Amino acid sequence: MYPIILLSFFGIVTLFLGFSKSKNILLPATLLFLVITLISNFIDWNQGPLLYFYDMFRVDNVTLAFSGIVLLSAFMIFAISGGFQDNPDSEPAEYYGLMLFSLVGAIMMIGFEHLIMLFIGVEILSVAMYVLTGSNKRNLRSNEAALKYFLMGAFATGIMLFGMTLIYGATGSFNLMQIQGFSSNIPAGSQPYILYAGFLLLLIGMLFKVSAAPFHFWTPDVYEGAPTIFTTFMSTIVKTAGFAALFRLLNTSFTGIYNFWWLVIAAIAVLTLLVGNIGATSQNSFKRMLAYSGISHAGYLLIALTALTKPSQNAIIFYSLAYSLSTISAFGVLMLVSKEKTFEGQPNERYEAFNGLAKQNPLLAFILAVSMLSLAGIPLTAGFWGKFFIFTSAADRGIIWITVIAVLMSTVGIYYYFRVIISSYLKEGDLIKIRVAPFYQVILVLATFLTILFGLAPGIFESFM
Amino acid sequence: MLTLLLILLPIAAGVLTLLSGERLSKQVALVGGLASLGVAIFTWLQFDPAAGTQFGFKYAWVASGGISFAAGLDGISLVLVLLTTFLTPLIILSAFKHEYKNAASFYSLILFMEAALIGVFTATDAFLFYLFFEAALIPVYFLAAIWGGENRLKVTFKFFIYTIFGSLFMMVALVYLYYQTPGTHTSEITAFYNLQLSPAVQGFIFWAFFIAFAIKMPLFPFHTWQPDTYTESPTPATMLLSGIMLKMGVYGLIRFLLPIVPAGMQDWGILAMILSVIGIIYGSIIAIQQSDMKRLIAYSSFAHVGLMAAGVFSSSVNGLQGALIQMLAHGINVIGLFFIIDIIYSRTKTRYLDQLGGITQSTPHLSVYFMILLLGSVALPLTNGFVGEFLLLSSVFAYDSWLGAIAGLTIILGSVYMLRLFQKSMFGPKSKWVEGFQDLTASERAVLLPLVIMVFWIGIYPNTFLKITEPTVSQLLQLVNN
Repeated sequence: MYPIILLSFFGIVTLFLGFSKSKNILLPATLLFLVITLISNFIDWNQGPLLYFYDMFRVDNVTLAFSGIVLLSAFMIFAISGGFQDNPDSEPAEYYGLMLFSLVGAIMMIGFEHLIMLFIGVEILSVAMYVLTGSNKRNLRSNEAALKYFLMGAFATGIMLFGMTLIYGATGSFNLMQIQGFSSNIPAGSQPYILYAGFLLLLIGMLFKVSAAPFHFWTPDVYEGAPTIFTTFMSTIVKTAGFAALFRLLNTSFTGIYNFWWLVIAAIAVLTLLVGNIGATSQNSFKRMLAYSGISHAGYLLIALTALTKPSQNAIIFYSLAYSLSTISAFGVLMLVSKEKTFEGQPNERYEAFNGLAKQNPLLAFILAVSMLSLAGIPLTAGFWGKFFIFTSAADRGIIWITVIAVLMSTVGIYYYFRVIISSYLKEGDLIKIRVAPFYQVILVLATFLTILFGLAPGIFESFM
Repeated sequence: MLTLLLILLPIAAGVLTLLSGERLSKQVALVGGLASLGVAIFTWLQFDPAAGTQFGFKYAWVASGGISFAAGLDGISLVLVLLTTFLTPLIILSAFKHEYKNAASFYSLILFMEAALIGVFTATDAFLFYLFFEAALIPVYFLAAIWGGENRLKVTFKFFIYTIFGSLFMMVALVYLYYQTPGTHTSEITAFYNLQLSPAVQGFIFWAFFIAFAIKMPLFPFHTWQPDTYTESPTPATMLLSGIMLKMGVYGLIRFLLPIVPAGMQDWGILAMILSVIGIIYGSIIAIQQSDMKRLIAYSSFAHVGLMAAGVFSSSVNGLQGALIQMLAHGINVIGLFFIIDIIYSRTKTRYLDQLGGITQSTPHLSVYFMILLLGSVALPLTNGFVGEFLLLSSVFAYDSWLGAIAGLTIILGSVYMLRLFQKSMFGPKSKWVEGFQDLTASERAVLLPLVIMVFWIGIYPNTFLKITEPTVSQLLQLVNN
């Protein structure tokens, strides 16, 4: 609730800051804004469920945990953006303003209590992302990505809106609790087909946003074409917010028709795992591999939604956190390395760019290795416990077969994540000096430290929840 | 608390080694390894075989889930911890004669590996066990992939993916078992022992565990990663892999497979037994054909571990005791043999039997040490191999006399390949590769002498170790037979 107000206000302030002559004030100011917002986020901690805006927005610990993750990720991403000073064409004030506004959308998606609120949140987040994807305006790939993302995204939003109207037709309400009241008291024998159809359409719209198969086709191109900093934003914040929204939808409104949808989600989860992992193995570009790996992580998160047991909630939160931290450090290292090396006139984002990284900069190589180990789910990293909690939630529901498939797919994952580690540690490369700003380094070290800390002692996280 | 010290000491020593710089790192690592050995021996002196799990600790880890950071020592654990702490300093010492680049990382990885192995052997919580089981893979992977031979990247990658693949199945089994525990769930291994599982479920869990451990050991037909990895790795990594890490698999069979799924054992044990026996014969026959000495020992190790597994699957006191004593014996012999091959290789630059010959003429010490370790491996009476092999074969024979007879061929085949190894490399006319071959240096003798002492100690008075494990083993078998 406070973050929404503060972020909207700070977004406008940021736009005005863009008029000032000094561009250097922008980054520190936005970082300060985010710190203030992050602190304000936890004012309502343990205050119990609170409803705001005519019961359209719910604040409870789950909302706060998700928005905490989103704001923390945003802070890290802003910090490694470095003020966009490399590119003379860039418009930093607008980028920061748009990102702050899109965070408002993300938090609305996390805490919505009303389907209209969800729709507004999705739109605020998406429109800002369409613009940012195309922000590298002289680059053909960036333009292509923006157009692709916009056309497909607009279409998906349309489907989602159609789903919402059907749900309204069936239940007479947009309010989650009232929909829940309807869906859990369906009289025997009556089949509310409109509700089912509406639910499925809504689901398709949301699954598009989190890039689950078969709605994933935009992901690799958009991730690759967008400037890396916005790819990071997309793959962490949009995904976390999307899963928070899906979790809230499924866990409140539609618990009554669990038997109807669990197999649908399970099938999509399996398909997503297959597409993501098998797609990632054949990539030569690290950035494109991370796009496919993002798809596969959506698959793991969908398993937790399939099970939807008590452990699922914490599993999703923990997994989102672990995934965001590792993704930010992976993209962070990629940005540094690709800046120094080119391939066919573009920044080199292929695996070969990492050859010999361990000799060029041992710290970056270590950060990259930890993030890859965490994404692969190797013990002693946060990613391991993320996967572990997800698998236990599925086992708790008794769906072992899906766990077995997920386990097989994580083995495939190890293959492509380790290619990066092998490149950086075991292959020879040119000795190029990689310049790292001190603050940039602090952020990456922080992400790595948290990944290892949660890997050693997942109990720390638990004691908060 | 001693257990915690045993796990943390090598980690601390590893960090110190890393910080001590390139020149001092060897010595720091050796001191760290010896300190761990000291603690292990101290623990052994305090140990009471009849008292069950001792020196334990337990901290809540994922509190709401009943998952704890818990470890302790019973007889089986203690023997393997002793083996690990005894062999690690020797492995470090054996690496002294090489100048490895980035020596500090090299030696610290060995110590991290030691910590993970001790963790595996002492964990009393199933998930902690899993954690160490996986964590042990990472140091040895880097040891092999950074300091290994030409094909190292491809070979070690296969090894890594293969073993992770296996252990993920174990994780599914552990998660399933965890949810079968009553109440708020717990992941203590002993709680898993008391579960009442239907035979069909036990079958699945049996195979999940079997694949994980069979890949680690490795058993036929999951062994294809092993010869290449052993050959391409630097010798200290090969020693870690064959001397200690292989025992993780056998230990897993004893700790998890037997007591948790007795009905699964009854249904599927015979198949597992047959696979083990095939491995014995298959490994031996391939070993006879080998010309590369390192590969030969790799296959002999594959054959030996097949016999250990067969003993475990017989689920008898003799089988388990034999497997345990054979784990000690095999660790000692195989490390000695790999070291001797490394000595020969570093002087002649060849590992091929057809290029060697006539080394005995100038090397009385090397010949004697080599012969003793080799005879230990062939299981000559009064050497360490004999006790284990005798117990193991008797248990397999009691299980099924035909299988016992086939497994018994290992004695004949083992002497064939081992004596062929000795004859081709040491005897005969002096080849041009072995011109100017120097006998052992003092530091090389310092590695081999403790090994040879242990060969005779276990061979002549195995009871020192058998009596440590005896109460734990019979307790475990009571669980199986109920």
